[in-house]
Amino acid sequence: MKIMVAVKRVIDYAVKIRVKPDKSGVETANVKMSMNPFCEIALEEALRLREAGHASEVLVVSMGGTQCSDTLRTALAMGADRAIHVSTSHSLFPLTVAKLLQALATSEKPNILLLGKQAIDDDANQTGQMVAGLLQWPQGTFASKVQIDKETVGSVTVEREVDGGLETVKLQLPAVITTDLRLNQPRYATLPNIMKAKKKTITQITPEQLGVQITSDLEILEVFEPPKRKAGVIVASVDELLDKLKNEAHVI
Amino acid sequence: MHSRLRCSSSTQNATANCQQETALRSSCFRGKQNSEKQQPPAARIGSTSVGRSFTSRGLAGAWHVGKNLRQAQGYASESGNSKQEEEAEAREVMEYDVVIVGAGPAGLAAAIRLKQLCQEKGTELSVCVLEKASEVGAHILSGNVFEPRALNELIPDWKEQNAPLWVPVTKDKFWLLSEKHAFPVPSPFKNQGNFVISLSELVRWLGTKAEELGVEIYPGFAASEVLYEGARVVGVATNDMGIAKSGSRKPNFQRGIELKGRLTLLAEGCRGSLSETVIKKFQLREEAGAQHQTYAIGLKEVWEVEEHKHHPGYVLHTVGWPLNFSTYGGSFLYHMDNQQVAIGLVVALDYKNPYMNPYEEYQRFKQHPSIRPLLEGGKVVQYGARTLNEGGLQSIPRTVFPGGALIGCTAGFVNVPKIKGSHTAMKTGILAAEAAHEALSSMENPNMDAYWEALQHSWVWQELYSVRNIRPFFHHGLLPGLVHAGLDHYVIRGRLPYTLAHGPPDHECTEAAEKHKPIQYPKPDGVITFDLLTSLYRSSTNHEHDQPPHLHLVDKHVPETINLPKFAAPESRYCPARVYEYIANEDNKLQLNINAQNCLHCKACDIKDPKQNIKWTVPEGGGGPGYTIM
Repeated sequence: MKIMVAVKRVIDYAVKIRVKPDKSGVETANVKMSMNPFCEIALEEALRLREAGHASEVLVVSMGGTQCSDTLRTALAMGADRAIHVSTSHSLFPLTVAKLLQALATSEKPNILLLGKQAIDDDANQTGQMVAGLLQWPQGTFASKVQIDKETVGSVTVEREVDGGLETVKLQLPAVITTDLRLNQPRYATLPNIMKAKKKTITQITPEQLGVQITSDLEILEVFEPPKRKAGVIVASVDELLDKLKNEAHVI
Repeated sequence: MHSRLRCSSSTQNATANCQQETALRSSCFRGKQNSEKQQPPAARIGSTSVGRSFTSRGLAGAWHVGKNLRQAQGYASESGNSKQEEEAEAREVMEYDVVIVGAGPAGLAAAIRLKQLCQEKGTELSVCVLEKASEVGAHILSGNVFEPRALNELIPDWKEQNAPLWVPVTKDKFWLLSEKHAFPVPSPFKNQGNFVISLSELVRWLGTKAEELGVEIYPGFAASEVLYEGARVVGVATNDMGIAKSGSRKPNFQRGIELKGRLTLLAEGCRGSLSETVIKKFQLREEAGAQHQTYAIGLKEVWEVEEHKHHPGYVLHTVGWPLNFSTYGGSFLYHMDNQQVAIGLVVALDYKNPYMNPYEEYQRFKQHPSIRPLLEGGKVVQYGARTLNEGGLQSIPRTVFPGGALIGCTAGFVNVPKIKGSHTAMKTGILAAEAAHEALSSMENPNMDAYWEALQHSWVWQELYSVRNIRPFFHHGLLPGLVHAGLDHYVIRGRLPYTLAHGPPDHECTEAAEKHKPIQYPKPDGVITFDLLTSLYRSSTNHEHDQPPHLHLVDKHVPETINLPKFAAPESRYCPARVYEYIANEDNKLQLNINAQNCLHCKACDIKDPKQNIKWTVPEGGGGPGYTIM
């Protein structure tokens, strides 16, 4: 069984974000980037499935400019077998990424496509669901547990975190799974593995070769910081509170 | 849910919420079904590559599964792992010709020089640089007005290679501040030909140059232990990763790796944790007749200011307010490019008043009527803090030990009156590389003695010799110190027949709290001055929260029995990251709480704790601040 994992290079989660002065986006120059935490979890799950004997190959995929290779090298150092870099300088939105993944899935034919539930830069939470729709594959999103039963061949059981609690679904393979925080704790890449990963090849491919047109179906108009929280006010009496709620906040 | 991964709260523990999810993660974790299939990393790698080594030395070092030689060969064990765990699992070993700890100016200059020499002489040496930060440059913080002397020697065509030296110094000002006024004084600095830079940026550039030459740089790996074979240093080991706060192993536990080098260069920066152990073990200060090292702490912010206020190349230093006449220190204000200004305060750590709070002094400084206008309308981009050495020539230990050497600030080459140490750090890296290359090509048991010799005949030594008496004279107070500095600088030029000694070590200078009054610092206004946790957030500091605290107390009772009653808990004041807090426990008694996750890796606590009870050790690799333009 082959597992394909899609990973995204994002601003590191510990970095303090700054908005560009022209409000066109977030400052990314001289800012630390890393693999999206949910993508790390997805990759870790794929590696565990391979170690448990359920899969024979873990293929990792990333899309974007030349620096994606850093993220792919980290993935290879964690233990992925092969890496593919879809090379493009355009900005990518979820539907385009989903179409690219659809094209890759059609040619690579993985049994499971693992993704993080969302990227921490756009918080879209769309790519996994969209690619499942495009491929007409079942989807298990927000996975907090992934189980492959040796008895029931050809299916995977996914426990999902939903608003009301936990929902368990059984998916026929091939399927799309997006991972949530509690699924696992990603491993550290060891020094020898990092060294070895430097020499592994990353296959380069373009969207044209995949037959996908990069169309910007979304356009970012403006990015701005949320308004600063105003200081709280201590009121002297209940009457004053009511007055403020009525006349200042206009909530009653 | 993901949004909690972003540091946005200013609670007691600034990054607590960020790691809350991880805490939940680890507590909800149930053993995976496939855990029994997981083999310890050593064995797994070993099964595919035991004994395999690359034939060409120039390529990656050879590695093999190490036997548990440490107990048999009497290795000193200074790591934080429990004994049983250490004995239970052998560590993988990787071998190099040269192992360098620290990817800073000194470490990278040494690595680059080694590879240059290999190219020149047709030799091949494998060089590995370990860096505890998550990426090269992330733990680098400095003023910085850069003297390109050593860079000119190392990479003469740095300009063509786009080294980030974009802003030459255009103006050099020096003010004596009182609470309300600024008195311009002739500037003692000669900064023509120097550049206002971000040292993190320069170090990142040096990192790419080093990698182009074939140096292997590994960020995210903290060297936590020096490896010995008998009395010789044979390398370092990285710490185990994936250990929980309780000390038990988490599911992603990864045993540390041993990096053996025919020579080991320690380039950890000021008060390096491994360097301190080596200096003590080999009695390197006694060997050279050197005094103890003395230190200062520097706090810095980079601001983006309004365009019309920005003058690239403008350099300002001040002395006087807010520091009193018996505390050595001063401020710096450097206009970089991109509308950015670096502004900071340096406070010597030999201060006496335990109520002194360097961070609050720094915030207060920014409110000075001559400083404040520049910052109004601006935004803070980054904050950080780091200690620096001030001991000069008198405090340089013997920089060579069996199997290796100390380079850069870890030995201490800052020219204090000039307030520059990057050029000397790089030069010592170059000198060490030259000695190392020679030794490795010609000796059976290479030693670095030639480096110690070369150092004493280099311009680093000459420079530090000529200014050696300036800082010590400040023990007599700010004004006498300034007068003497002026004399020594303009007239005497260091040609005195004597060398002044330093006073007591910094940690012994702190006086009892009863002799001093608490200092009332103004509240932050949130526009120019900020509370510490807000500033800390701007350092992008982060550590894996579920790990044992990396700050060790030699005696865990000392904080409550000595630090608190006698000295009024100075660590809760000099720490620029609020790591140390005293909180009332259930019996309503104040107890020390260590927020190790906040740590900026500045080493102030290791230096200034009155009883030297706090030992700074490396946390799990990859943790710490995330400086990019500091």
